[in-house]
Amino acid sequence: MLRILHQIMKVGTITEPLARNQDFEVLGEQLKSTVKKRFQGSLAIRLVDAGSCNGCELEIHAANNAYYDIERFGVHFTASPRFADMLLVTGPVSINMKTALEMTYDAMPAPKLVVAMGDCAINCGIFGQDNYAIAGSVSDIIPVDTIIHGCPPSPTALIQGILSTLNQPEG
Amino acid sequence: MTTGLSNTWFAERLGDHGIHSQYLEDHHPAHMPCLEIRRLDWAHAAEEAKRLEMRLVGVWAAQAGYHDDQKQLYTYMAFAHPEHRHVILRTTVNIEKLEIPSISSHYISACRMERHIQDMFGITIQNIPDTRLWLKHEHWPEDATPLMHDFDGKISLSSDPNRADIDYDYVPCDSESVYEIPVGPVHAGIIEPGHFRFLAVGEKILNMEERLGYVHKGIEKTMQGRKVDNGLKLAGRVSGDSTVGHSWAFAQACEYAANISIPKRASYIRGILCERERIANHIGDIGAICNDAAFAFMHVQCSRLREDMARLHAQAFGHRLLMDTLKIGGVAYDLSAETCQQLIQQTRHIAAEVERLRDIYADTPSIQQRVIGAGTVNVNDAKDIGLLGYVGRASGHYPDERIEEAYAPYDDLDIPMPQGKLGGVSTRVWVRFEEIANASRMIIQLLETLPEGDIQSEWKAPQAGVSGFTAIESWRGEIAAWVRFGKDGLIDRYFVRDPSTINWLGLELAVRTVPVPDFPLVNKSFNCSYAGNDL
Repeated sequence: MLRILHQIMKVGTITEPLARNQDFEVLGEQLKSTVKKRFQGSLAIRLVDAGSCNGCELEIHAANNAYYDIERFGVHFTASPRFADMLLVTGPVSINMKTALEMTYDAMPAPKLVVAMGDCAINCGIFGQDNYAIAGSVSDIIPVDTIIHGCPPSPTALIQGILSTLNQPEG
Repeated sequence: MTTGLSNTWFAERLGDHGIHSQYLEDHHPAHMPCLEIRRLDWAHAAEEAKRLEMRLVGVWAAQAGYHDDQKQLYTYMAFAHPEHRHVILRTTVNIEKLEIPSISSHYISACRMERHIQDMFGITIQNIPDTRLWLKHEHWPEDATPLMHDFDGKISLSSDPNRADIDYDYVPCDSESVYEIPVGPVHAGIIEPGHFRFLAVGEKILNMEERLGYVHKGIEKTMQGRKVDNGLKLAGRVSGDSTVGHSWAFAQACEYAANISIPKRASYIRGILCERERIANHIGDIGAICNDAAFAFMHVQCSRLREDMARLHAQAFGHRLLMDTLKIGGVAYDLSAETCQQLIQQTRHIAAEVERLRDIYADTPSIQQRVIGAGTVNVNDAKDIGLLGYVGRASGHYPDERIEEAYAPYDDLDIPMPQGKLGGVSTRVWVRFEEIANASRMIIQLLETLPEGDIQSEWKAPQAGVSGFTAIESWRGEIAAWVRFGKDGLIDRYFVRDPSTINWLGLELAVRTVPVPDFPLVNKSFNCSYAGNDL
């Protein structure tokens, strides 16, 4: 136990102020207040990998690490779509995942925000739209609010994408 | 083959048993030859390989299309022996009668690969013990055979409405005291999709069955007709967490086929990239395993170290996960003396931090109690299935292509082999800790002895019909890749076998009699790739 405490003390707090990235301080504050205002301080995200190579998943994990600590903005990942405010989708939508993606979307309560993460989710990426095994990009299957470019998008880009989704006018 | 390097050991053994084989001159390299055998010898040859204690590397099929107007259909199987390396056998399939005997009775791991052939080519595998569909899910039109040349792979397949309600035929159990738990394809955490069907008695798992294929993206089909550079980009996304391993396997298969060797400096940089990928993934997984047993401290510490690595990767190689860092014939990034120093320093620092965490992990009874003896696979089963990488090494089966194939730069290195026996979660974690330490030493040695020179050889496409095969030890284990070229240097067929294809079978065994709540822990200790299996 002492060694655990020693290690924790030695590393200290490494969570970074997002200010190093020009827009982030503003966006971070906006996110916090938007999450507070619109989602009672807690935004629940359900992730569906609809056919990714698992690169995007690694970066979502990274957004949860101590440097980025996405939870400090009230954003957390949930196991069930039933209480998810936002659906984060990675990968091109494979024909074998299409039904599961639709069912997840249908199971969500309003406002059903959808973020398509990564180039594959946006336009099928390197796997191509002209591919028998791919049903289409995410927006071909369900309505998409925001897209995040990158292969895969960095954790910073991911956090930024989530922010911009929330900062869109309510409609 | 004419060179003294050619590998005739297996051909001679087959000859002793009346199986005639012929070397294919249009396959490279000579030390991993491809032998043509008769169709009627197919199962017999597999039986001989088994008797010679060779392990099965892969079974696949290919139709010639981009170079051969006959559209000849072949099936292939590759075996490896610790001392006698890899050999591929090929036979011709009668296009009028699409049949080939199953080899699953000799190699259990062949079964899913044979089902893959059935799904993709419509070839009937005679006497296959499991006739169910695999990657081809039930809703597909019955006559869809994507890897046949005449199949139009450009149009998205639409589900057959008559097949929408057909369910996969899971292993049933009629007993009233057994209950079924369906899990997935969408899992609770931030992971890839796949379905697990548990049969449980009380707390304990009686049987767990995997149903994969959800992230099937038609990689093999869409690779056909690509140029090598674009193909490399795609190969680097077969499984994003092993992007260096898969890129290396694809590139090396192409380089072997074209008979070009890459500069020594480039091979050293590839080695550095691959070992850095190994460390990053092992660290991430050790943290995640501990997290699944509620030891969050390790998870936080490990993900911190992993992030440190990703940041230096972005700076040194332009990508946090090291994607697109290889090129056909070399590597995309050279290392300055300053970057070398940074990499050495960070590798040392991370290795030291991991050792400190390892002591804490070893001295914490709450985590030790969960991992020791959980999810074991014994030596016999490990050898029978041919388990790869750290999963094999934890269970007493020790294939390591860095040692057996000893491709550059590993021929310049001393590679220690952590030899586990007990095969549980704790042994797999132990192997990973050992591999982090070993890989750190290798990276530092490679960086300190980095040869001067070019980082890129000139690419010269081989003639149509020429194929190359290679086996690369990625962080998960051996990746086998076979590439055949068509006209104008375009890819005609790419077969790749991620280690997960084989290791998934080990997981099914490991979780038997394990309490259901321990499943995530055992699963994470394997951490098989869904994307790499589903292609």
